[in-house]
Amino acid sequence: MEINPVVILFAAIFTNNIILTNFLGMCSFIAVSSEIKTSLGLGQAVTFVLTFTTVLNYVIYHHVLEPLGLESFRFIVFIITIAAFVQLVEMIVERYLPNLYYALGIFLPLITVNCAILGVSLFMVIREYNMLQSLLFGFGSGVGWTLAIVAMAGIRKRLKYAKVPKGLEGPGITIIVTGLMALAFIGFSGIVQIQ
Amino acid sequence: MGTILITVGTISSITGILAFLLSLANRTIANYGEVNITINDDKEYVVDGGDTLLSSLIENKIFIPSACGGKGSCGYCKVKVIEGGGPVLPTELGYLTDDDVKNNVRLSCQCKVKENIKIEIPEELFSVKEYDANVDYIKDVTPTIKHLRFKLPDDEEINFKPGQYIQLKAPKYKGNSEEVYRAYSIASSPFDTKHIELIIGYVPNGICTTYVHQFLNEKDNVVFNGPYGDFYYHDNDREMVMVGVGTGMAPILAILNYMKAENINRKATFYFGARHLEDLFFMDELENLQQELPNFRFIPCLSRATEEDGWDGEQGRVTDSLKKYLENGGNKEAYLCGSPRMIDSVVDILTNKGIPKDLIYYDKFE
Repeated sequence: MEINPVVILFAAIFTNNIILTNFLGMCSFIAVSSEIKTSLGLGQAVTFVLTFTTVLNYVIYHHVLEPLGLESFRFIVFIITIAAFVQLVEMIVERYLPNLYYALGIFLPLITVNCAILGVSLFMVIREYNMLQSLLFGFGSGVGWTLAIVAMAGIRKRLKYAKVPKGLEGPGITIIVTGLMALAFIGFSGIVQIQ
Repeated sequence: MGTILITVGTISSITGILAFLLSLANRTIANYGEVNITINDDKEYVVDGGDTLLSSLIENKIFIPSACGGKGSCGYCKVKVIEGGGPVLPTELGYLTDDDVKNNVRLSCQCKVKENIKIEIPEELFSVKEYDANVDYIKDVTPTIKHLRFKLPDDEEINFKPGQYIQLKAPKYKGNSEEVYRAYSIASSPFDTKHIELIIGYVPNGICTTYVHQFLNEKDNVVFNGPYGDFYYHDNDREMVMVGVGTGMAPILAILNYMKAENINRKATFYFGARHLEDLFFMDELENLQQELPNFRFIPCLSRATEEDGWDGEQGRVTDSLKKYLENGGNKEAYLCGSPRMIDSVVDILTNKGIPKDLIYYDKFE
């Protein structure tokens, strides 16, 4: 059955949030979530890159790799595409959109190695999405990732004033909080089915 | 066979196309042409735009101190940018204080030169040079600490204040794929402008210490730049309290050597901390210094002396000796060198003993 692309969009944001249900993109999620403003910047950059690389990878997968029977090389090819795309976008943004560059361009190099980006491209293949579905899945995953990291930054701001046991300070408590957030998000996962 | 060729061909061509696009973009989009850097309203340099301020300055032989080599993780390469640096980037914010931001201070390794730019740097950074030196000798002074002496080229000399440091370049070697600079205090007297001596401890997996301890030999060529640092000897009549742990002895030695050469006979006490007897070094030199400077006293103390050591000196950490020997009040100033933790706890003790914070000078080894 063809799933409605809009359902995929909302599922990617809430019930099947890439970070809270698949735990992809954890490194920058934990490293950059100490300030709301910066995490919002990184989230926007991730959303932008996710949306475009998913579509780009969709085209490459279905129009180059599949006809040639090279599906198993998608890991390498996707990674290369993502890396090159991010580089290119960084250069363009830096040159022509300086304001945007100062807001989020600086995070672009960080994103090349964000597993969520590769993860979304791979899910798109496994779940056999079409072009529109992939586009909305990529965009929704980005928005979901942003939502999660901004929420985490807000929580961490409060955590600064909380009494956290010494051994759990920093990343330790962040992972525990992530787990609790994940519980809340997964609680709604029965509402929609996207695969 | 056919499959292999198709696979190799396809992946190579995808990569090739992307690489072509990127280099094309690099030539056109990321090409900012020639721009001017004006320093202190005085000197002007023309550089290719697009690089970071730090590397553009290094190209022109101006060395801003930077321990991480431009990765934006040490926060040392601060420079005042008056015009043309663009807004402060999020990657810098963690290293800039509110005052820094107000005064347009930037991290030069993050700030890019894309248009004409005006900056201000301390005049003394112009005297910072890069030196190609030779290793005179390397000696083991303890199982984990080496004492090195570098000889400068015949036509060059280095002028520094006792207590300052240089940055030694660790080149690429087997197991290390990047060049990095690491800071080490100079241990020799500033009157010897043809040599510098360093005391370098081994840090497991440390890029530069591994280079020094395992790859560097006598007669080898080394590259360093300097001098840097605002930790140095202050000339006055106050009693000096000096505290060093391990390789933190280096800058203190430079100060003591300077005092010996200048015949400065201020009251001074050097508290030196180490773990075991075998970790003590330069005991003869310090004994000699005690003879030559009648008001100088050296107090070594061992935190983990064993019975076989037969140690009859001070036991415990330097902080214990300080509590025991340092008198309250008086007109004193302090020079501290070693790990940040040691320095923080020593600063607490010294302020409790009545030494004002602005008379406590320190160099944190990280």
